[in-house]
Amino acid sequence: MNKHLIGSVLLSLLLGACSSSPIKDLPKVEDKSPASANAGVAPEASGAQTSGQASDSSSSVNPLKDPNNILSKRSVYFDFDKYEVKSEYRPVVDAHAKYLLEHPAAKVTLQGNCDDRGSREYNLALGQRRSVAVKKVLNLSGVQDKQIETVSYGEEKAHTNCADETCFAQDRRADVFYENE
Amino acid sequence: MIKLLKIVSTLLAACLTLGLLSPSAQAELTIEIVGGAAQQIPIAVVPFAQGTSQQAQVADIINADLRRSGLFRALETRGVANQPHDAAEVRFAEWAALQAQALAIGHVETLQGNRLKVTFRLLDVVKQSQLLGQEFNIAPGQLRLTAHRIADLIYQKLTGEIGVFASRISYVSKIKGRYALQVADADGFNPQTVVSSGEPIISPAWSPDGGQLAYVSFEKKKPVIYVQSLISGRRIVLANFKGNNSAPSWSPDGRKLAIVLTYAANSQIYTINADGTGLKQLTYSSTIDTEPAWSPDGKWIYFTSDRSGNPQIYRTSALGGDAQRVTFSGSYNVSPDVSPDGKLLAFINREGGSFRVAAQELSSGQMQILSDTAQDESPSFAPNGRMILYATSKGGKGTLAAVSADGRVKQRLSDTGGDVREPAWGSLVN
Repeated sequence: MNKHLIGSVLLSLLLGACSSSPIKDLPKVEDKSPASANAGVAPEASGAQTSGQASDSSSSVNPLKDPNNILSKRSVYFDFDKYEVKSEYRPVVDAHAKYLLEHPAAKVTLQGNCDDRGSREYNLALGQRRSVAVKKVLNLSGVQDKQIETVSYGEEKAHTNCADETCFAQDRRADVFYENE
Repeated sequence: MIKLLKIVSTLLAACLTLGLLSPSAQAELTIEIVGGAAQQIPIAVVPFAQGTSQQAQVADIINADLRRSGLFRALETRGVANQPHDAAEVRFAEWAALQAQALAIGHVETLQGNRLKVTFRLLDVVKQSQLLGQEFNIAPGQLRLTAHRIADLIYQKLTGEIGVFASRISYVSKIKGRYALQVADADGFNPQTVVSSGEPIISPAWSPDGGQLAYVSFEKKKPVIYVQSLISGRRIVLANFKGNNSAPSWSPDGRKLAIVLTYAANSQIYTINADGTGLKQLTYSSTIDTEPAWSPDGKWIYFTSDRSGNPQIYRTSALGGDAQRVTFSGSYNVSPDVSPDGKLLAFINREGGSFRVAAQELSSGQMQILSDTAQDESPSFAPNGRMILYATSKGGKGTLAAVSADGRVKQRLSDTGGDVREPAWGSLVN
């Protein structure tokens, strides 16, 4: 039963990461069980709680995983063939910058992506520009390069059967991944 | 006019020269030919005398090749009483009545030591004379290749151009989330898996001698360039620098490759020796420079850059220096490939929401849209420059297509096993 719950929470988080719409409709899960608080972590870790950590986790939710925290938003979306970070995504990027400054040991990988139209190689370069564009915003807030890695998957992770702009737009993004998650 | 030519592959036809590669299981290719040249040469290819061989009929392979080129009308020969296999047996009047201009005949004999002798003649029906006559002493596994070579001889004699039926192509297939880099005969037969991975493989590039493939694999969770021998199967890491390593393109002499690295910052073009030594930066811009492609004389490198604000094709000296803009039509021109004679540039042009294969005459700058598909990628010239192979999409699935450099002949090739993409046409097999 726990596994089922974890699965649905994971799914919700993933869906949230792929969408620019508010995530307020997500079911409240943080006070159900210790396992759900660690939903984003590997399931076996949450199933093997032994120390006093379990009792703490219900009161202090990981801000990176808390659906009510802006840090749970991980995607910056871009216009076609563009790599400027639009102002509407600045609050998200700035929140991650603040977190990284407060947690100097934390590391992020910024992964750039494109929709599946056009050249794979150009899209690989464009995805890289998108990840670097987000890195530059983090740098502006004072985050050091050693906390950031930029990679690109180009169009390799894109939907292959998009029929409309809404679908293509979902693929044109840079995602923030924290180390070990 | 639409001709449909369905070919079902013999799965076990192992190519001896590629003995270390594994025959692929997803081996069914359908080639559909749409359109054709304004004037097609009517030719009759009589079934070869082949004994009880289990192998494919040589004449069928020749006919399929000639039809696929769009330049020939392969005539039905079964209704003709005269079925010659040697010059002395030919009754020209019967073939003239069929309005054949040319007649191809031949036979296959088994020699001692299990080798085969293939004899072939090409005859001029109007002049009642022999145009070509040739014998091939071959291993049994080479019968299909020999049929392609005969088709090449016919093609060259009757059109004056070099034939490419004996060449090979490569492409990447994606089946159930697994990527496989494959090489196959130009007609899609004999697919062999070169390398497979759960992570994407892109941008295969043939070495000029046809013996090696460079490609980009994400198996290390980032793009890394490998060079792999098709003979031994061995591979080296050509470039695994910090950041992305991608877009390999061989110099015409095969000694160097142009590649793209994000080593310093943004995607820039470098050259590197084929053994991974001697890295040298070629372009220095603050924008995207990618997809290098050499001119056949080795003097120029064409590439995609967004330095003007949107992606266009530029060229720079292979020794470095200032770049000149080459494409001007529209706001998205990418993926350059130069024709073997150096006169045409093929690329992908976006107009509205459509991405199509275009060709530009380099001397005049005149551009022509060639394809009538809408999500085209990765154009690659045939070694004779007549056809351009490219990837497109049909029903949400990747498929391969080809269009002639004049836009008249169009083919679709689809691997029924899954998604196919990233085609590259290799050089002629010697």
